[in-house]
Amino acid sequence: MSSESSVLAHHFDDLEQQHEAATLGMWAFLVTELLFFGGLFTGYTVYRWRTPLAFEEASRHLDLWLGTINTGVLLVSSLTMALAVHAAQLSRHRAATMYLLLTVLLGAGFLIIKMVEYGHKFTQGIYPGSIENIHVPPELAAQGVQPNNVALFYSFYFTTTGLHALHMLIGMGLLLSLAVRTARGRLMGEAATRVEITGLYWHFVDIVWIFVFPLYYLIGLT
Amino acid sequence: MSAHVVPIRVYMRVFAALMVLFVLTVAIAFVDFQHLLPFTGAAIINDIVALLIAFSKAALVILFFMHVRYSSRLTWLFAIAGAVWLAILLALTLSDYFTRHWLT
Repeated sequence: MSSESSVLAHHFDDLEQQHEAATLGMWAFLVTELLFFGGLFTGYTVYRWRTPLAFEEASRHLDLWLGTINTGVLLVSSLTMALAVHAAQLSRHRAATMYLLLTVLLGAGFLIIKMVEYGHKFTQGIYPGSIENIHVPPELAAQGVQPNNVALFYSFYFTTTGLHALHMLIGMGLLLSLAVRTARGRLMGEAATRVEITGLYWHFVDIVWIFVFPLYYLIGLT
Repeated sequence: MSAHVVPIRVYMRVFAALMVLFVLTVAIAFVDFQHLLPFTGAAIINDIVALLIAFSKAALVILFFMHVRYSSRLTWLFAIAGAVWLAILLALTLSDYFTRHWLT
């Protein structure tokens, strides 16, 4: 029982209770995160319903290819995260470290692509709250589309994807700190709970993007 | 073990399903339901299908990658509580905005 006593904190009866408490703690946090992003999606829904043509027009100016590639990158990173948890649970510390670092690399790839996308928008003079460089095509202007309606889409886009990117940065920091410990053979087997609940966070950030992608990149394409 | 170890093949199948749904959602976005179907407002089918696919992908990630399928009833309750509160946030906000024009 020496390995168990080193992992088990004194305020828990057993490892099972400790694991359950850690999991529920992370889930409670993720529920607050869900409502945090949920507010942004609710705002999006209200304003898209009010000015659907303006949102579709703005969406067509996002880079569909880069958005699609990034969605694939994040889905793969969720797989590598799941494999890192699996390896840590089975005490394979080299595999766990490799999968954690791979997940961080994929996260970095995502953020670099996102920076390229932001860069394109900034050089076009489009940034949160900007309106002077938004040109509404005449046929849409005739249907009542105003530049400020288009600008609102970009404000939602920058806020939602910016906060999502911040969550990824935090996640990458957490994963790196885990990788430092797994590389030394720690956080293995019964102690893998930390890897597991950090994984919960990473998967949650992936789920946010699963909704961002169709709602921001895939509208008005027909 | 206090934590359930999910077999690798389950992760791989879930990942394959996620990639299929991912390709599907991009393909569906280019389908013009407004021209395919005879009734007005058919374009909303694009959004309905996109959201159904997104919820399916989220469910796969939650159940398998996040291990909820193998977790305690209390974990299920926490996850479902999140969905319920999000539904309340959406339902009460949208029931306001979507009905304002009834008054004018």
